[in-house]
Amino acid sequence: MNLTINGQSRTYDGDPAMPLLWYLRDELGLTGTKFGCGISACGACTVHLDGKAIRSCVTPMQALEGKSVTTIEGLSKDGNHPVQVAWRDANAPQCGYCQSGQIMQAVSLLSENAKPTDEEIDAAMQGNICRCGTYLRIRAAIKAAAGGKSA
Amino acid sequence: MSTPMQRRDFVKGLTAGSLVLGISASGCKRLDDEMRGAAQPTETIEPVAWVRVDDTGGVTIVCSRSEMGQGIRTSMAMVIADELEADWKRVTVTQADGDEKKYGSQNTDGSTSIRNFLPQYREAGATVRTLLETAAAKQWNVPVAECAARNGEVVHTPSGRTVGFGKLVAIAKDLPLPPKESLTLKSPDKYRYQGKEIPGVDLRAMTTGTAMYGIDMRVDGMKYAVVARPPAYGNKVASVDSSEAEKVPGVEKIVRLPEPPLPTGFNMVGGVAVVAKNTWAAIEGRKKLKITWTAGPNATYDSDAYRADLEKATKKPGKIMRNQGNVQQALARASKRVTADYYLPHLSHAQMEPPAALARFENGKCEMWACTQHPQAARDTVAMALKMPVEDVTCHVTFLGGGFGRKSKPDFIVEAAYLAREVGAPVKVTWTREDDIQHDYFHAVAAEHIEGGLDANGKVTGWLYRSALPSIGALFQPGVDYQSAFEAGMGMTDFPYDVANYRAEVGKAPVRTRVGWYRSVINIPHGFAIGSFIDELAHAAGKDSKEFLLELLGPPRAIDMAKAGLTEQPWNYGVSFENHPLDTGRIRNVVELVTSKAGWGKQMPQGSGLGLAVHRSFLSYIAMVVEAQVSPTGVLSIPRVDVAVDAGFVANPERARAQMEGAVIMGMSNSLLGEVTFKNGAAVQSNFHDYQVVRINAAPRVVNVYLVPSDKAPGGIGEPGVPPVGPALTNAIFAATGKRIRNLPVGNQLANAGTDVPVEKKLGA
Repeated sequence: MNLTINGQSRTYDGDPAMPLLWYLRDELGLTGTKFGCGISACGACTVHLDGKAIRSCVTPMQALEGKSVTTIEGLSKDGNHPVQVAWRDANAPQCGYCQSGQIMQAVSLLSENAKPTDEEIDAAMQGNICRCGTYLRIRAAIKAAAGGKSA
Repeated sequence: MSTPMQRRDFVKGLTAGSLVLGISASGCKRLDDEMRGAAQPTETIEPVAWVRVDDTGGVTIVCSRSEMGQGIRTSMAMVIADELEADWKRVTVTQADGDEKKYGSQNTDGSTSIRNFLPQYREAGATVRTLLETAAAKQWNVPVAECAARNGEVVHTPSGRTVGFGKLVAIAKDLPLPPKESLTLKSPDKYRYQGKEIPGVDLRAMTTGTAMYGIDMRVDGMKYAVVARPPAYGNKVASVDSSEAEKVPGVEKIVRLPEPPLPTGFNMVGGVAVVAKNTWAAIEGRKKLKITWTAGPNATYDSDAYRADLEKATKKPGKIMRNQGNVQQALARASKRVTADYYLPHLSHAQMEPPAALARFENGKCEMWACTQHPQAARDTVAMALKMPVEDVTCHVTFLGGGFGRKSKPDFIVEAAYLAREVGAPVKVTWTREDDIQHDYFHAVAAEHIEGGLDANGKVTGWLYRSALPSIGALFQPGVDYQSAFEAGMGMTDFPYDVANYRAEVGKAPVRTRVGWYRSVINIPHGFAIGSFIDELAHAAGKDSKEFLLELLGPPRAIDMAKAGLTEQPWNYGVSFENHPLDTGRIRNVVELVTSKAGWGKQMPQGSGLGLAVHRSFLSYIAMVVEAQVSPTGVLSIPRVDVAVDAGFVANPERARAQMEGAVIMGMSNSLLGEVTFKNGAAVQSNFHDYQVVRINAAPRVVNVYLVPSDKAPGGIGEPGVPPVGPALTNAIFAATGKRIRNLPVGNQLANAGTDVPVEKKLGA
C-alpha cells in the first residue's frame, strides 16, 4: 500500500493491523510522535491525517491507503510554525513528552477555529494528557498563536 | 558527598557533542539560531567536571542531573554560567553519563539538584572564571587583580582591553586550577542569570519532536521487547506455552526472565519477554502467551481487606516516633475532643513516558540508554544482576518523559540489559501503559487517625497522631513492617505546631506490593491528614481557619528538634536541623502572604469556598488557597489557586513557578481521581480510562504563584508544591458545601442524591 508521510511517498507491506504509531516510530524512526497509552486515551501520539488530528496509536495502517500523514517533524520546515513559536514563548513544556501531541492537536484546532475561547480550547484539548500539568501554559500558548495569526 | 571538582583533564581535538554517544545532538544540545554556523572548535578544556570551554569561546555545561521537566538543565547552567561570566548565547548544555565518581550524586530525587548542589555549581563556575582571568593576566603580563571576566570575555580593567574566552583556552590548559580559598563568588547584585527570567534551553527540541527520550533510542540491529510480568508481586512462572506467540509475524524469541527473591528492590521482577522486530509485534505476541503462575505470598492482596487492617492498626497504640508532654491526659481533660480518620489509596506515577530502556552488549561490555533518574543505580543494579564489573556498564541518560520518582528505580533497565545479553543483539524494552500502571512502584496506601483536644478557649492542648502505611524500606529488606523515621519525618515527627502534648505513633503495615517514592512521598498522606484536621479543629473551635492556623503555629521560632521528644534520629531531608531549621516564622509568613493575595475572608457566592493549607517539605515552605465551586448537582470546579512559596534562594524563578503550576495539577489528580486498588494480588486499574488524571478542562483558569524573595539556603522546588494541594482542596470543598472529605480520592463523593453528574465525569475524559 502507498501513503504519504510528511510529504514523502512511502510504501508499506507489513501487518495491515499495525497502528500507524509503530510504523512511524519503529520503521521510519520518526520518534517525535509518542506512545502514551495505546488506547486513544492520552493524545501523546497525535498526528494529522489529511490535516486533521488523529490518534496514531489506534489507526491501523490498512486505513491509510492513499492518505497523507503529517507528524511533528513535518509540521514546519524550520520548527517555527506559529504554534511552536507560541509554545516556546509561553515556556509551555516541562518534561516535553506530551508536547508533540499537544502541538499537533492545537494546530488542528486552530485550523478549524481561528479564535477559540477557553471553553473551546478545553473541549478540543481534553484528549491530550499532560502529567506535568502544563495546561495553563498550553491555553495561553494557543491564545497567543491565535492572536498572532489574525494580526 | 564526593566533590565533582576533583578531576582535571583536557579534551583535545574533540567537540563537545562527539562525547555524547548515542544521543542525537538535537536531543542534548541547545540549537539556538545563534549557534548555527558557529566555528567548530579544535581544542576544548574541561577544568572541572561540569564545564568545558572551547577555543571558539563556546561553553558547554555538562548536566549531571536528570531532566524530567523540572528544568534542571537550564537552572544548573544558569548558576554555573553566571559565576563563570559566560555569554548565555554561547552556552550549550549536554547530558552527563552516569558516573558518580566524577560528578557526585546523580540521583535526581528528593528535590536535591539545587538545594544540595548550589554552592558546588557556583564554585565550579568561579573556578573556571578565575582560571580564565589568570590566563588573560598571563597573556597580557598584568596582575590578575586587573583582569575581570565579563560576559564571555576577560577585560583588563585599567586599559579596557578584552580577550574572548576561546582565545584563552590554549594558555588556560597549562595552568593549575585556582585553589578553592582563592575563589570569590559574585555578590547577588551582580547576578546575570541566577534568579532571572531565562527561557529553557530545551524548548526548541521539545517543540519540534527532536528531544530524545529513553523510549525513542535506536541503534543498528536492535530488537524490541515487552515483558509479561507476574500479576502479583512475588508470583512466579509455573509454565509457559509460547507456541501461538511464536507464530505472530515479527516475533523472534521468547525469553524467561530470572525471578529474584523478594524483596526485589531495584531488580526486575521476572516474567516472560517477547522479543520482536518491532514494538507492535512484541505486544501482539505477548497477547498470545499462555502463562500459568505459581501463587506467591502476595497473591491474595486485596485493597478492601488491607484498608481494614490499616485502619485497625491506627485504633491501637503503635510504635512511638515522637512523644511530647502527656497526650492522654490532655485529651482526657479537654473541653472538646475531635477525632478523624483519613484514608488515601495507592497511586501510580503514570508519567507520560512509560519506562523504557535500550541496552547493547559488545565485547562483554554493556551500554545502556535510559530515561533514568538514577544512572549510577542503573549501572550498579545491572552489574549485580548480570554479575559483571560495574566499570563495564555504561549508562547514557536521555530526556525523561516525566519521572516523579518512578524512574529512580532501574528495574526496566535491568530487563533491557539482561535481554540484550540473552538475545545477542541490542534490545529496547518498552513498558506499555498497562505495564506501567499495574507494575509500578506504587505510592503507599495510608490510614491516618488523629485525636485532638481543645480547651475552653478553643486552644489545642493535645494531639494524638497515628499513621499506618507500608514502608518503602520494605523494598530492600524483609520484615520492614512499620514506616521508618524518614517517612514519619515527612509531617509527623517534624510537626511544627505549638501543641504542648503531642504524640506520633506508627502502626504495623506489612507491605504487599512494590511501594516506592512518588513526588513528595509520604508528605502526601501526612500533609493531607494534618492540613485537614487543623481545618476540622478550627471549625470545632468556631474560629476562622487562617486565624486558628496562625494561633496553632505559635510565635515565630526554630523548633528545637533535640527537645521535641523524638525516639529516633530526626529526618530533615538529608541535612541537619541546625543548618536548616524548622522555622515557624517562615510558615506563618507564607500563610499571611497567600491569604492576603487570595483575599481570604471575602464573601463567596453560594456553592463556592476557599480552603487553606500549608506544609513544609524538602526544606521549602508552601501555603495554598484553593477556590472550589460545587454546583447544585455536585459538579466540582477549581477556578483559582494561589500559592506562596518560601524556598530560600530560587535560582530559576520561571521554572519554580512552572513546578508549582504543575504541582497543583498533580495534587488535584492525586486528590480527586487517583486510585489503584488490588484484587487477588493484582492491580485492578490498567490505563487512563480507569486510572484517571486531571485533564485541561479541569485545570484552574488561574494559578498565581508568589515567590518569597530570600537569600536563605535553597529548599526543594519539584516536590513541595504537591502536599498542600489535597487538604487546601478538600477544605475548600468543606467551605463551599459543608461536606468534609476524609477519604481520597474525592471521586463522586459530591454527587448528592438526585444528581446524575458525578465529579469524575467532569474531571475525567
